[in-house]
Amino acid sequence: MSVILVFLLVVLGVAGWWLSHQRLMSKPWLEQGVPAAFPDTDVTGMPTAKIALGIFLAVVGALFALFASAYFMRMDYADWQATPLPSVLWLNTAILVMASIALQIAVAASRQGHGTTVRLALVTAALTTVAFLAGQLMAWRDLTADGYLLDGNPASSFFYLITGMHGLHIVAGIVGLARVSARSMRGSNDENTRLGIELCAMYWHFLLLIWLGVFVLLAGWANDFIAVCRQFLI
Amino acid sequence: MVDITPHADNTVPAAEVADVELYHPKSWWTTYVFSQDAKVIAIQYSGTAIAIGMVALVLSWLMRLQLGFPGTFDFITPEAYYQFITMHGMIMVIYLLTALFLGGFGNYLIPLMVGARDMVFPYANMLSYWIYLLAVLVLVVSFFAPGGPTGAGWTLYPPQAILSGTPGGQAWGIILMLVSLILFIIGFTMGGLNYVVTVLQGRARGMTLMRMPLTVWGIFTATVMALLAFPALFVACVMMLFDRLLGTSFFMPALVELGQQLEYGGGSPILFQHLFWFFGHPEVYIVALPAFGIVSDLISTHARKNIFGYRMMVWAIVIIGALSFVVWAHHMYVSGMHPWFGFFFATTTLIIAVPTALKVYNWVLTLWRGDIHLTLPMLFALAFIVTFVNGGLTGLFLGNVVVDVPLSDTMFVVAHFHMVMGVAPILVIFGAIYHWYPKITGRMLNEAMGQFHFWVTFLGAYAIFFPMHYVGLVGVPRRYPDISGTAFIPESVHTLNAFITIAALVVGFAQLVFLFNLFWSLKFGRDAGGNPWRATSLEWQTPTTPPPHGNWGDTLPVVYRWAYDYSVPGAPEDFIAQNDPGPRTAQAAGPA
Repeated sequence: MSVILVFLLVVLGVAGWWLSHQRLMSKPWLEQGVPAAFPDTDVTGMPTAKIALGIFLAVVGALFALFASAYFMRMDYADWQATPLPSVLWLNTAILVMASIALQIAVAASRQGHGTTVRLALVTAALTTVAFLAGQLMAWRDLTADGYLLDGNPASSFFYLITGMHGLHIVAGIVGLARVSARSMRGSNDENTRLGIELCAMYWHFLLLIWLGVFVLLAGWANDFIAVCRQFLI
Repeated sequence: MVDITPHADNTVPAAEVADVELYHPKSWWTTYVFSQDAKVIAIQYSGTAIAIGMVALVLSWLMRLQLGFPGTFDFITPEAYYQFITMHGMIMVIYLLTALFLGGFGNYLIPLMVGARDMVFPYANMLSYWIYLLAVLVLVVSFFAPGGPTGAGWTLYPPQAILSGTPGGQAWGIILMLVSLILFIIGFTMGGLNYVVTVLQGRARGMTLMRMPLTVWGIFTATVMALLAFPALFVACVMMLFDRLLGTSFFMPALVELGQQLEYGGGSPILFQHLFWFFGHPEVYIVALPAFGIVSDLISTHARKNIFGYRMMVWAIVIIGALSFVVWAHHMYVSGMHPWFGFFFATTTLIIAVPTALKVYNWVLTLWRGDIHLTLPMLFALAFIVTFVNGGLTGLFLGNVVVDVPLSDTMFVVAHFHMVMGVAPILVIFGAIYHWYPKITGRMLNEAMGQFHFWVTFLGAYAIFFPMHYVGLVGVPRRYPDISGTAFIPESVHTLNAFITIAALVVGFAQLVFLFNLFWSLKFGRDAGGNPWRATSLEWQTPTTPPPHGNWGDTLPVVYRWAYDYSVPGAPEDFIAQNDPGPRTAQAAGPA
């Protein structure tokens, strides 16, 4: 369970940092009726949707951290045989990076009001993301053809499970991206559309980060590191 | 943060909120059924939770009938008994307690208490309820599926959960159970994001975090925990579903069943236990923290005294929330894990008793020399303190490895967790319903029926669970439908079991009186007025009762003080509402 504990430590750190700015030391029972300067609501200036997405991403992060924890724990059992990494995953990673870059360009362009660039970037992001999903399916097909089946060794079971779960999150993201794109295609570049594009970019960057984590996990590069961590834990 | 200069009369203008943020229902359907108003959603959540809770109540009767009078009821086979246990536990923990505290009270109270018009994402909030309802329906369907519901125990431990020897293991039962849980988690995540973000972003002007009522703090912290803990259950459910349907071996070791080697091999049941309890232990506090918060407000209001140590109460809630993520393996002392783990988890478990005890002391110190009104909410709050201390103390027994090992899997454990997370939070739920029913409906609940309900429930619950500790101490194991032929179990245990069963039936029937009261008072209850308890927090200050759609009429409330200004010396009344700009200066309040 080391991965999830480290993840929660990070979440706790962020939450603690935020709480430390909330005047937890104040003494509300002494705050007399009307101070000279009245605090406006202490809500942050950030858009509500962005905060909500941030919290949702923490939940998604916890989900994948738990999958990683389960992966490392299951790995300790004798029947584990690592699944070879399909080479198409390298290409997929590059494609997903491109999608993230495209969305970042869309964010910048929408701030500057370059409608054409925004639309081009959104379409690029959508196409590359669909290409990523197709690439993941190809990876599945390669593995299946080589005899690494879902109900075979737990290493390949985890491969399908975790990449599938990541893919589902990407699919959900595409639904959101489609809605924002439709608004943008109609020529809208109001505050809502800009926010929508920013949220998409945030989601994509996070899922890219998750994917890089999953990639490292499936490739087995983190095994030595985890083994060292275990030494400390037990 | 913007500094605002107050008007000459010491008031400040309310924050401006654009009208488009509020959803406006157009028809009867969108007002009462597919409503996006948090108050309607709260009532839908509560109604559904109580309805499915009644099923769990009946299941507990059936279990008790079997335990009290084994062999009398032919239709309660061992298989059926296991199904009753499983469904009773699962419904109570997830579909009743979690849904009622967070979906019910969270939805109703958060927007009203922080001075918002509604949740920040009303549409997701509505969706959250309908997915919850779907999860409940899937659960109900499993009762009628071929093979019946799963009988794997509420912990659903593999490998037995998906083997043919367990009811529903190779039939529909376990599949529907897992699907229902997955749906519940998806629905909860939508609602949970709403509760958290509403507290962060929806607060009225002047409502700093440290001026929020403890109810909101409790629900807020519990929701954050639930958002981080439920993914563990999600992962466990998905992986078990794969094992059951797709032939993977995440949790399933190599097995021979009825002389046949199964396809599974190499999996780890312990892995499931880690995932399950990584959710399961925070879940205890997900239920307890809202109860802590609500009970703080009930005690303060009905003792007409400010809550003792407000800051400490807030910190304790947050610390309990954080600590509860590092105690999970105290549910696994007998699972054969590394003994050093046992040492670590026993230590964290005992540490968590510190902030918890702090809260109990603060409740008692709030009562100390208070003007205690023995209203129904207060009675339930007092009963909660007693019961929680009781269940908490046996928790100290079970938290120690050496004491836990002999007590593990006995009725002592059943008695412990029913006291601490069954009876105690449910007493708070009752207290809270008696407290807020006047705000929800505009009428008071009937006092006589309430008194009957309280005394039968409180004393009856002790009649059920107090003897159960002793039954456990002499070694009666849990999960056994019939122990009548067992040599080491003395005759007195059977007498006690019959007594417990009768008490359980009586307590169950008292709940019917409560349900009747809910409906009866809707029509015949005494008119409550806007603030019958003369309470300070914002929900009692709405311009109309019950609060209308949008809660506050034309202007949002402005908050000038914390939620616990009771019996302030020199004040004209014994409470000052949070939105009262009043002339409460250091001089008026007397020596500080």
